[in-house]
Amino acid sequence: MEAVIFFIAAIGAVVGAIGVVAARNPFYSVLALISHLFSLAVLFLLLTSAFVAAAQVVVYAGAVMVLYVFVVAYVGSAQEPTWDPVPGQRLFAGLLAFFLFVEISAAVLSSALKALSTHGPDVPAGFGYPAAIGNLLLEKFLVPFEASSVLLLIAAVGAIVLANRKPRSGPQAGDGVVSSGHSAPKARPEGATPAPASQSEPLGAPK
Amino acid sequence: MNIDWYIVLSALLFTIGAIGILVRRSPMVILLCLELMLNAANLALVAFSREVGNGQGQVFALVVMVIAACEVVVGLGLIVAIFRRKLPLDVDDLRELRG
Repeated sequence: MEAVIFFIAAIGAVVGAIGVVAARNPFYSVLALISHLFSLAVLFLLLTSAFVAAAQVVVYAGAVMVLYVFVVAYVGSAQEPTWDPVPGQRLFAGLLAFFLFVEISAAVLSSALKALSTHGPDVPAGFGYPAAIGNLLLEKFLVPFEASSVLLLIAAVGAIVLANRKPRSGPQAGDGVVSSGHSAPKARPEGATPAPASQSEPLGAPK
Repeated sequence: MNIDWYIVLSALLFTIGAIGILVRRSPMVILLCLELMLNAANLALVAFSREVGNGQGQVFALVVMVIAACEVVVGLGLIVAIFRRKLPLDVDDLRELRG
């Protein structure tokens, strides 16, 4: 029974991953990633880690993917060209990925970890439940826990600063990359220094 | 199921994500493929946690999820900033930093 669920979830995860890579439209890529994340949550449940599975579904497939959907809807789904900019790029990427897969598998499976080919040891009843994870987080891993919360705060502030900076109104708005690259060093000091002052209005204004 | 099945599946998912990063050119899809690779690493961490029989690997996986959320936030902020400057959303055109 467990093997059946494992193979169903594994096939779902692989198909979702291939869908992310192969879909032309970024919107379909996001949807494929959501199905991939649900399959991974099933695999986490099979590994008796209930809290990670719940966090995967709620935080990842819920919140983060909504962010992706919003940005895809805002940016629009630009179609990529189907040709290779570098000849044979797909072939070389496939070859390199194949060797990477063989290498990782060989490295892990030939390691000295004897318990790899077993089912794992018997674990107590509350293994992977929120209580166990919470005890670990607040006792043994308190410093990484606080550091990751500070990192989240920094990322949020950085994203606001990045997304809120007004594009320099000028003739180079419609130009390509090259022309803006030449004018950027001159325009950067004026544009960068008054940024905190000029950002107070768009920050306070309702989005 | 034995633990090595999970490890091989994690390697396969990581490889698919690596193919995506090598082949695709839209920065948004590259971010999605990064998510694939991070999730493959998460699966390996949780599988090793089950193999050892303590929950520290799961805490690792949770921290990886936090890092992935930060990376998504900053990456999507960059994409929105690129879009608002009307630059092309194509990593082959955005090559100013390449030197």
